[in-house]
Amino acid sequence: MAYFKTAKRFAKSFSLIELLKGLGVTWHFFVGKKTTVQYPEEQTPVSSRFRGMLAQRRYANGEERCIACKLCEAVCPACAIFIEAEVREDGSRRTITYDLDVFKCINCGLCEEVCPVDAIVLTSEMHYTIQGRGDNIFPKEKLLAIGDLYEAKIAADREEDKDSR
Amino acid sequence: MMDMLLETLGKVIIVALPLLGVVAYLILFERKVLGYMQARIGPNRVGVRGIGQPIADFIKAVCKEIIIPTASSRYLFILAPVLAVIPAFTAWAVIPFNENWVIANVNAGVLFIFAMTSLGAYGILLAGWASNSKYALLGAMRCVAQVVSYEIAMGFAMVGVLLAADSANLREIVLSQSGGIWHWFWLPLLPLFVVYWISAVAETNRAPFDMAEGESEIVAGFHVEYSGVMFLLFFLAEYANMILLSTLAVLMFCGGWLSPFEGIPILGPLSAKIPGVFWLLLKVSVFLFLYIWMRATFPRYRYDQVMHLGWKVLIPVTLIWIFVTALMVQYGIL
Repeated sequence: MAYFKTAKRFAKSFSLIELLKGLGVTWHFFVGKKTTVQYPEEQTPVSSRFRGMLAQRRYANGEERCIACKLCEAVCPACAIFIEAEVREDGSRRTITYDLDVFKCINCGLCEEVCPVDAIVLTSEMHYTIQGRGDNIFPKEKLLAIGDLYEAKIAADREEDKDSR
Repeated sequence: MMDMLLETLGKVIIVALPLLGVVAYLILFERKVLGYMQARIGPNRVGVRGIGQPIADFIKAVCKEIIIPTASSRYLFILAPVLAVIPAFTAWAVIPFNENWVIANVNAGVLFIFAMTSLGAYGILLAGWASNSKYALLGAMRCVAQVVSYEIAMGFAMVGVLLAADSANLREIVLSQSGGIWHWFWLPLLPLFVVYWISAVAETNRAPFDMAEGESEIVAGFHVEYSGVMFLLFFLAEYANMILLSTLAVLMFCGGWLSPFEGIPILGPLSAKIPGVFWLLLKVSVFLFLYIWMRATFPRYRYDQVMHLGWKVLIPVTLIWIFVTALMVQYGIL
């Protein structure tokens, strides 16, 4: 019996059968479908819940949503948001400073979750760069401008995800 | 005298320059095939489908600074890559590309090639020694021990071919295989063929026997300290050796420039019209693909297992089959 086993082992290793099987596996991949995505030209799909660049939204009449409740400033785990508020001439509470430090921001999305008026939101945009010193602070005007630019996409993403919001 | 010199020089250029081009595009081919085998598509940005990649790589390597470590042995450090490249190219002198296409029709051609492939190890040994780096030294030691061990098995595999062909002249060896695919030596000498191929992979330090490089263990082995053009020379030597050993495998076991359809009624005369070089290059490409295929498939051997395989498996197999070959020749089967 022992001889039989040895002979079997010899036959197995000298026929190189396991090596040929291995070659078969790589051949299978060689002729198979390639999964490469040609990045700048093609992109993988992005979820509507993707937490990318931050933005501030406006109502349809052009009024900014933010009411300076400072909940986002309080909840932000990275202390990336700085807010100063004042009462405007028409009596409504508005922010006069809303600075977001994108270097500190960890894109956790807590500010969006906590916001009672859906003012601060995370867009699905991930392609942005900071080129100059100090440009990492996004002031209110910039956040609103981003919001204006991406409003259609932001609204569509919120609509798609409305059942779980 | 002058005429002869010029003629030889011309032949050398005709062989060496295309070889450089083939090496460059073999690297691209390797990257492409490796990519395909890993379900990606490999380099495709330089030129159409990455066709300009080797040129870009070459320009990049040439523009890089050559760093010579202060603690190294300066002259040996510079000499080593040269010593690695020269034998890899010299050996091509005796390779026949067609019935009469050879630079030097030497009767001891096989011995000459064997001598040249062994010399390549000195370049690597010197590189490792002169770098004065622990990784380089370890890599060089591994490489030399491995090359020396596998040379024996490879030499024995060649002995079988010499017995069967009754000549050490590569032209004669190929001609003695004429008569179609079943007359080539790969079939009667199948064990020797397999042993030769395994040894050839080990001789050129390619995966799964790339102990000399072993990037996950000893960074890059013997060429850690080399940069720029000097690194390029090692690369060139490695790939030229790959092509050389593939060509040798074709010449000794797969009928060289002979058409595989010889002796078949219609295909035979038809394929005889195609020049022999075509068949040679086709067969060599198959072996080069096999090199890359094996690299994409097998994990690196452990060092003691490499030695075990070389000494305790391959050499006994060749010894037995040399005996069998001798009997076959004696009783006229071959």
